Amino acid sequence: MEQNVIIELKNISVAFGDNQVLKDLNLSIRDKEFITLLGPSGCGKTTTLRIIAGFMHPDEGDVIFEGKKINSIPPHKRHVNTIFQRYALFPHLNVYENVAFGLRIKKMPEKQIKEKVEEMLSIVNLKGFNKRSINSLSGGQQQRVAIARALAVDPKVLLLDEPLGALDLKLRKDMQVELKNIQQRLGITFIYVTHDQEEALSMSDTVVVMDGGVIQQIGTPIDIYNEPKNAFVADFIGESNIIDGIMREDYSVDFSGNNFKCLDSGFAKNEAVDVVVRPEDVDIVSPEKGMLTGIVTSVTFKGVHFEIIVDIKGFKWMIQTTDFHPEGVEIGLFIEPDAIHIMKKSEYSGMFGDYSSFSEEFDELSVLDEEAE
Amino acid sequence: MKTLSRIYTVLVFAFLYAPIIVLIVFSFNLSSSTIVFDGFSLQWYKALIKDGNTLRALYNTIILAVSSSIIATILGTSAAVGIEKYKKSAFRSTIIGVTNVPMMNPEIVTGISMMLLFVFIGRALRIESVLGFGTLLIAHVTFNLPYVILTVLPKLRQTDKNLSEAALDLGCTPLASFFKVVLPSIMPAIITGLIMAFTLSLDDFIISYFTSGPGFQTLPIAIFSMTKKRIKPDMYALSALIFVSILVLLILYNSIQIKSEKKPDKE
Repeated sequence: MEQNVIIELKNISVAFGDNQVLKDLNLSIRDKEFITLLGPSGCGKTTTLRIIAGFMHPDEGDVIFEGKKINSIPPHKRHVNTIFQRYALFPHLNVYENVAFGLRIKKMPEKQIKEKVEEMLSIVNLKGFNKRSINSLSGGQQQRVAIARALAVDPKVLLLDEPLGALDLKLRKDMQVELKNIQQRLGITFIYVTHDQEEALSMSDTVVVMDGGVIQQIGTPIDIYNEPKNAFVADFIGESNIIDGIMREDYSVDFSGNNFKCLDSGFAKNEAVDVVVRPEDVDIVSPEKGMLTGIVTSVTFKGVHFEIIVDIKGFKWMIQTTDFHPEGVEIGLFIEPDAIHIMKKSEYSGMFGDYSSFSEEFDELSVLDEEAE
Repeated sequence: MKTLSRIYTVLVFAFLYAPIIVLIVFSFNLSSSTIVFDGFSLQWYKALIKDGNTLRALYNTIILAVSSSIIATILGTSAAVGIEKYKKSAFRSTIIGVTNVPMMNPEIVTGISMMLLFVFIGRALRIESVLGFGTLLIAHVTFNLPYVILTVLPKLRQTDKNLSEAALDLGCTPLASFFKVVLPSIMPAIITGLIMAFTLSLDDFIISYFTSGPGFQTLPIAIFSMTKKRIKPDMYALSALIFVSILVLLILYNSIQIKSEKKPDKE
């Protein structure tokens, strides 16, 4: 594994005045992998990307590219290319000239430029758009031109800064698939920055979850989802019920006034822990058969399933089910051992995973906030 | 209501353009009367062409306007780029404030102070008759500069910061990225600044009056010195010509702008 590391960040720290943006960040990126930096706005993910591109310099720490320290190498001499959030296409040039821009800088012969541009435009499905002006293109098409422009110069690493943020949902999904295809076909390392957890899970080989300038967890999408390290990761990736619990012994945990079997071990006897139960992993049974019982306090129809909030001893659980249960009804919950995930207590304990203040509106507001930035 | 507003519009235009229309009409007058139109003739235009002094002054004015506006545009654009680079807002607004002073300052004060400075330096260097094309050029560049900065700066602020980064990213050196990407995207503002500087310089009388010498007269100064005598209708002809050429320039400029704005959705 060590040999094919292409980029290494060592002990990177960055501060803007009093604001510590990155704290002692360490990250190894392997060649040809699709790695995603995932986190809420202000978590330092874009800063990390800009440090790799060379637009920013870390206050402390080293950036290492193919074994060589590149801290002092300016952006135009690095073998990485960036796709910017708002594309940053050159408005005074047409599609062809935009894609050819980097090749002309390299002083490539005109004939080769033409071949390369045609090849790139066909990769991004924009054949025949050569003469179009940038302003006449839709958002998705501009996005493709930006990709073609960056790929034309044969980068070893492509940096993508929330490239799909400005597209609508349907187009975003299509582009996700397309980006993943391009990455696999060309065998280029992609470093992708997003705050969209679904995007991160569906595209990446490796996900790096960040918050407050610190890496919270690195892992495959499945690991990150199934084995979150702390309450922040559990809450940020998908929906989670996070309950205070006490580990009685290996494979046995107490929470919500009941003892459950689980698959986790290695905790101290009677250690206080955070217990994660994903809303889709809970089975609804009749109250008598339930390990826990509670009252349904709200029901939301989501298309594929109903999202219901259940009050269990004052703690509001979110449960996803395909069966309809009306408000006010008492139901029983059945939780399999493999549906329970135990985490050590962290600074994030108690901050997430309770749905008592949950409302659709809050969710939308936070999405708007992020878009405004 | 509608007729009222129509009448109002007509009145506004009448007041604005009546003097110029009268001027143009009398520039074609057969006699030199300013009251009676005796018949159509081009004699004042012929007289104008023969008048070497006036033509000389016109030529001087144009040379001065062209050179001073080009120099001011180059200096002003560089200044705007420099100012935009400063992140600290207090320092930045101080710089902008300082560059704006020549614009706010009454022209007569600028004119007298510049004359004083030029004469002082001239004495110090023992140059006789320091006032001339050189001093006029310096003065015109000085008062044109803030207008150029003021038109270029907002455009520069509007351009996507990532544009120059994208150029760097694709292998451009910082200098090349400025010329290949930043400059083309602020070009419309630079041209606006250039035209503004050109017309201001063409138009200026007060500052030119104090900073010009007997060897180099601009048109406004030449006309002013003629007013001490009786003004002849060949001056009407000249004014009419200048007005028409400015009008043509304006129309040309506007149509270019409209064209460039329309361009994106045309294809």
